[in-house]
Amino acid sequence: MNAALFYMTALAAVVTAAVVVLHRNPVVAALSLAAHLCSIAFFFVLLSAPFAAVIQIILYAGAIMVLFLFVVMLLDPGGEGINGRVGRIQLYATLLGAGALLAAIVPVVLGIGTTGGSPVPSGFGGVESFGRLLFTDYLFPFEAASILLLAAMIGALYLAKQEID
Amino acid sequence: MDSVAALLSGSGAVASAIKIAVMIGVVMTAVAYITLAERKIAGFIQERYGPNRVGPWGLLQPLADGLKLMFKEEVIPTLAHRPTFILAPAITFTTALAAWAVLPAGEPFSFFGQTIVPQIADLDVGVLYVMAIASLGVYGIVLAGWSSNNKYSLMGGLRSSAQLISYELSMTLSLIGVLMAAGSLRLGDIVQAQTGSVWYIVAMPLGFFIFIVSAFAETNRAPFDLPEAEAEIVAGYHTEYSSMKFVMFYMSEYVSVTLSSCMMTLLFLGGWHLPFVEEMLRGLADPARFAVHALIFGAKASCLVFLYIWVRWTLPRFRYDQLMHLGWKVLLPMALVNILYVGGAILLGWF
Amino acid sequence: MIPIGQVLAISAVLFTLGVVGVLIRRSALVVFMSIELMLNAANLAFVALSRAHAGMEGQVFAFFVMAVAAAEAAVGLAIIVAIFRRRHSTDVDQVALLKW
Repeated sequence: MNAALFYMTALAAVVTAAVVVLHRNPVVAALSLAAHLCSIAFFFVLLSAPFAAVIQIILYAGAIMVLFLFVVMLLDPGGEGINGRVGRIQLYATLLGAGALLAAIVPVVLGIGTTGGSPVPSGFGGVESFGRLLFTDYLFPFEAASILLLAAMIGALYLAKQEID
Repeated sequence: MDSVAALLSGSGAVASAIKIAVMIGVVMTAVAYITLAERKIAGFIQERYGPNRVGPWGLLQPLADGLKLMFKEEVIPTLAHRPTFILAPAITFTTALAAWAVLPAGEPFSFFGQTIVPQIADLDVGVLYVMAIASLGVYGIVLAGWSSNNKYSLMGGLRSSAQLISYELSMTLSLIGVLMAAGSLRLGDIVQAQTGSVWYIVAMPLGFFIFIVSAFAETNRAPFDLPEAEAEIVAGYHTEYSSMKFVMFYMSEYVSVTLSSCMMTLLFLGGWHLPFVEEMLRGLADPARFAVHALIFGAKASCLVFLYIWVRWTLPRFRYDQLMHLGWKVLLPMALVNILYVGGAILLGWF
Repeated sequence: MIPIGQVLAISAVLFTLGVVGVLIRRSALVVFMSIELMLNAANLAFVALSRAHAGMEGQVFAFFVMAVAAAEAAVGLAIIVAIFRRRHSTDVDQVALLKW
């Protein structure tokens, strides 16, 4: 049961990622990315990280992708395909580089084996253990992240503002 | 009976399937009769009778409505983007129903020797799951507005989704007060925490007020329904929808109303707990206790649904900029103050 | 029994898809989406290894990656909107004024 779920989720993640990269219509790509984020959240659940999964959906699929969708719909850039638009040299070079990257990483990584079977402490992936780390060991990055978000908010407001004449 | 109990216990596929079927049956029947209740109560507020022709007191009206809507013609505009046009109501309806998976109808009870948990999925992060599904519901509206290829729909869709994501914030922040007091994200634990002390509506009235106002805005109801108001923007994002797809939007609005009423009952009104009734129930057998608990829960949720309907037909609509001002500049600071208040109360040992 | 090696392999595949997307697409928005793909692949690797070592640090770091991605998406989309207002196109090959 677990193995079937795992392979289905993996397939969903890879297929939706491929649609994002290959489809010509940006709206379809954005929707496919939202589906991809949900499949990654499902992966998180399979990996005993329920809190991370829910945060992924609330933040990423529920807020960031809606923002993307707004911009895509309002700008309406029209579709452009990858066929014939990108130069052949570019295309071949990219595919070669991608193949090399995969060939370098995947065999090494597949050899790590099945260390995922060890039992985890109770409360692993839950809110309490998350919060404990966040507010003690990682307090400084937490505060820095809030300042980063403030800076991003100010930056986005300034950039998108239109002068009212 | 033993086999029935064995089927219902545990979290296997069969038990979950039965619970899901029961849940969908109960929710959809409730939603059908809430549409009737809305029209009757609207009639009483406006000093007229609501529907009373079809069956006694109009009780068969939802059936007639359903049949009529099913036989209407399905119109899809020529220049609409077909895949997303058809997908949008499906997303809205699916997310509205999916959030019900973590709502408990009572405590786990024993039935012919087996323990039955009246909850489809007892997640440790239950409350956040509901928030996540609510944030996924925005997609249906954005896609409906865009794919209709219609200025009014696009405007209505964008306004509505901006409204939804704005009020999600104050809703989640007001929830944090409840979570701090209860100490857990599981909905069953939150109700247990309230049975020990006072209901959270008494302990944090400001939090309840923010939550209920945000819930009105989240379900596009009551004074916050500008994006779908007929006099303002035709019908907003569901202008171009007809027959079954419109039914999905319509139903999902009422499912969300019922969902937020049930959430408010669980989080603020003590769920299935009534203080003086608990002693009386101590002698009863477990299944009977569960039935009484479920009735109490339903009664409280119905009061909140009545409040929804009452507010809708009483208050005038907010203008869009007033709505956004309220969400960002009034409710958000109040929610932060509420968090401070609850934190202080916990320090002082009130919880 | 989740095989961590296979999860990391999937993460590598997703990351590579993201890299391919950045390199061969010409619409700035889709390039942005491919960057999000890469960030998510990294998050998946973090959470998988956090499970393998039974330590929460990986998930906390994935949370920070999400926060940074949110900030980056906001500012990046604002930049794209600002550029679009001038040129009425999101084609990355046209934003080439600094090229010789």
